[in-house]
Amino acid sequence: MKETRILLAQAGEITPTSAKEYGAVGGYQGLKKALAAPDKIVDIIKASGLRGRGGAGFPAGLKLSFTANTPADQKYIVCNADEGEPGTNKDRVIMEKVPHRLIEGMAIAGVAVGADKGYIYLRAEYPYVAEILEKALADARENGFLGTDILGSGHNFHIELFIGAGAYVCGEETALLDSLEGKRGEPRFKPPYPGVAGLWGKPTVINNVETLANLPGIVANGPAWFRQTGTETCPGTKLFSLSGNIANPGVYEFPIGTSIRTIFQEAGGGCPGGKKLMAIQTGGASGNIIPASLLDTPMDIDCCAKAGATFGAGDLMFIDDDQCLLDILENLMEFFEEESCGKCTPCREGNTQLLYLVRKFKDGTAEDGDLELMLELGNTMTGGCLCGLGQASPNPILSAVRFFPELFKTKSTQKGRVS
Amino acid sequence: MAESVNDRCCCSATAEVLEQTAAIAAKGRDRPEMLIPILHQVQAIAGNSIDHQVAQVVAREMRLPLARIYGVETFYSFFSAKKRGKIIIRLCKSAPCHLKGTQGILEAFEKTLGIKAGETTADGKFTLETCECIGACDVSPAALIDGVVYGNLTPAKVSELVSSLGEGVKA
Amino acid sequence: MLNVTIDGQPLQVEKGTTILEACEFLGIEIPTLCNLEYLSPEGACRMCVVEVKGIQNLQVSCATPCTEGMEVTTMNERIYAFRRLIIELLLANHNTDCFNCSANGECKLYQYAMEYEVEKTRFVNTRGTPPVDDSNKFFNYDPAKCILCHRCVRVCNERQSNRTLGLIDRGVKTTMGLPFDQLFIDSNCVSCGNCVSVCPTGALTTKASKKFRPWEVTKTRTTCPYCGVGCQLDLLVKNGKVVGVEPADGKANQGLLCVKGKFAYNFINHPDRLKTPLIRKEGVLTPVGWDEALDFVTAGIKKIREESGPDAIAGFSSSRTTNEDNYVFMKMMRAAIGTNNVDNCARV
Repeated sequence: MKETRILLAQAGEITPTSAKEYGAVGGYQGLKKALAAPDKIVDIIKASGLRGRGGAGFPAGLKLSFTANTPADQKYIVCNADEGEPGTNKDRVIMEKVPHRLIEGMAIAGVAVGADKGYIYLRAEYPYVAEILEKALADARENGFLGTDILGSGHNFHIELFIGAGAYVCGEETALLDSLEGKRGEPRFKPPYPGVAGLWGKPTVINNVETLANLPGIVANGPAWFRQTGTETCPGTKLFSLSGNIANPGVYEFPIGTSIRTIFQEAGGGCPGGKKLMAIQTGGASGNIIPASLLDTPMDIDCCAKAGATFGAGDLMFIDDDQCLLDILENLMEFFEEESCGKCTPCREGNTQLLYLVRKFKDGTAEDGDLELMLELGNTMTGGCLCGLGQASPNPILSAVRFFPELFKTKSTQKGRVS
Repeated sequence: MAESVNDRCCCSATAEVLEQTAAIAAKGRDRPEMLIPILHQVQAIAGNSIDHQVAQVVAREMRLPLARIYGVETFYSFFSAKKRGKIIIRLCKSAPCHLKGTQGILEAFEKTLGIKAGETTADGKFTLETCECIGACDVSPAALIDGVVYGNLTPAKVSELVSSLGEGVKA
Repeated sequence: MLNVTIDGQPLQVEKGTTILEACEFLGIEIPTLCNLEYLSPEGACRMCVVEVKGIQNLQVSCATPCTEGMEVTTMNERIYAFRRLIIELLLANHNTDCFNCSANGECKLYQYAMEYEVEKTRFVNTRGTPPVDDSNKFFNYDPAKCILCHRCVRVCNERQSNRTLGLIDRGVKTTMGLPFDQLFIDSNCVSCGNCVSVCPTGALTTKASKKFRPWEVTKTRTTCPYCGVGCQLDLLVKNGKVVGVEPADGKANQGLLCVKGKFAYNFINHPDRLKTPLIRKEGVLTPVGWDEALDFVTAGIKKIREESGPDAIAGFSSSRTTNEDNYVFMKMMRAAIGTNNVDNCARV
């Protein structure tokens, strides 16, 4: 089965920054329809069943409706382009190849909820993407797709590019908003949710790049068209970021529900060098690690949850049998120890303690009770950290204990290699 | 009694840098939301770092507390209060790159530059940092150097890369 | 009004009431470290978690608002274990030399460790022992006892508006401190001591508190005499002497004090303190009674007024008196003496 390119249909076919070229291949049709009937957009998105592509899978139409239904003198559309999950680079590809799709999606969201101002929060690690976006934004303004009185409709929509400064936690929506306000990116307590009180306390739609990039197609072609691809509960295609021990790492677009095996073999080309696949980390650094035996799991939010995998933002990191899983777990926990914002106790203190415990297993110095302590701590964090970072960071460990229990031997000299 | 900060101040910003800093920061007066973009701009002219003196100028011009500026610059990994080199090598150490041999690349950089991760070469040309995912997992192992991604690195490529980067950069 | 059920007890609360406030209303005690009246709720320490029916994750009671029909459980095995683990995590990086700590007897971490039967943490210390900042004249800061509840940061920024304290770094490296490793003495700190007053552990303690234990002192509620604001405070008295001051929740000060109210009490037992009026007799200041002193002043004023007119006299009153006293003083100067030469020292 080959890729199904919908979001990336025009990728490589047009000059990415050119609004005219994008328009010539069907671009900005969704925005035109939206401007003609702004009141209908939220219902169209609701009917399409589009779910957020940033990891949480929240229904996008419902999210729009919160902001649409909150009266305010000022509302905002914020695009979360702080793609920090290790192993994810799909938003980068959208912004590099089809930036106008994102711009159009943001404008549609703006028209739908009555917001005239949008921000793209781009991570600092993508300075070369910033150049493309700036050019594309300028071209969109020049061609009347952005700015005052867009396409003569009387609607205004402005987009400003904001460059982050290197913090994974700013991918969390409320931390991102604090960062946009010039503060340390610490997650806010919810409620209130951003849809009601977000940027500077104003109703704010905050969505992932890929989610917003889906809006133009849905509005232009209708919800029924969108539902033709994907599954009943998760319609549409998804960009999957393939990384690790795989022949063709990169970003590929498949209908949601495609099995990991298909993606692994057809697009990824399997493990290079004749190595055997041992495990897959699904959904990024904070996702579950599953054994190769679960390769037939369909990549779909519900199927992933059932199988013990994580859909997340569609990351698949393939790990061959030459790797040491405990070494990878150590690397992942070093990541969370550093990237926790430090605000809430279990995340700030817990990630570092999980790291110490994992190291004990890796070094073969773990004692009786260490496994139980690690599980107790992991489950505590999952059930009581302030934000998604701390709630998800124990996932790799908890899933590894579930699927690879033989690695967690106490006072054992085994170095964690599954053979 | 603990040592006073005045005894160990190592600020080295020139009057010219402080003047430029003031001009940049003044654009964000009473606009705290401008802090991050302004720190990016200031850092670019102040030797890839925001030291005490520079931060004090930003605080004065933006009318923000120094604690806020320091809190922000220490929170984000792209900012530094410590002096850094002209070229910052950010070597990705996240899992996808780790799997593909970041450790070997790091050792090659350390050997070629004669410094450890987190340090700056004596001539002030290079700072070697390890960082988290730079979103270049399709070309792991990778590094972000002056806004450009260098992918599919091998230990053998490192010394050539360093010498080509160093060309034309004044010590 | 909203109907909620807490531990099986039905309760009606106003919209905007937090679960913690509702629990207080019912007399249910919830442990808190970061939460404090008059500070914005943070939900950071996670000690006050409770279970809300229908929500999988534990919720912090300090920040979660009550909703219609909400059913809350404030204690069960899961909650107990969760809070216990939070204490253990905090203890791992807390200097537990409690014997030598002036917060001994008042420390909330110590109190909860006892309540939740944590004798020893199962976790390791990952931060070492950072140095103590003893540069301030009145208090010390020991980062090794800081549990990062952010109370001091919030009181300094939100209420005192001095914005000296902040959070530094992130993740496990996060600390509370001053920018660029400044010491308190080098910073813009005004020594108001409110950070010390709100600290739940021994991280911020007054220098004087080394000399007494909380159970040795009696508290006397009084009004601060330094200015006309009327801040309420508690004098801490040991063996008949004032050894410390704590802010009280008065209408005028709501738990805050300034440097004078908090720390300037040593004059009380100072040998140089004036206790009676003095009149210079034959070049020597001599103690006299109040009647003699007032007669002396009245006679002096009358004499000057007759010889040189009322404008040769000026009155300067103290900001330590009340507004009413200052008003009467002004009246006396204008109406009785007949001059507009009257002023007050309040200039801050």
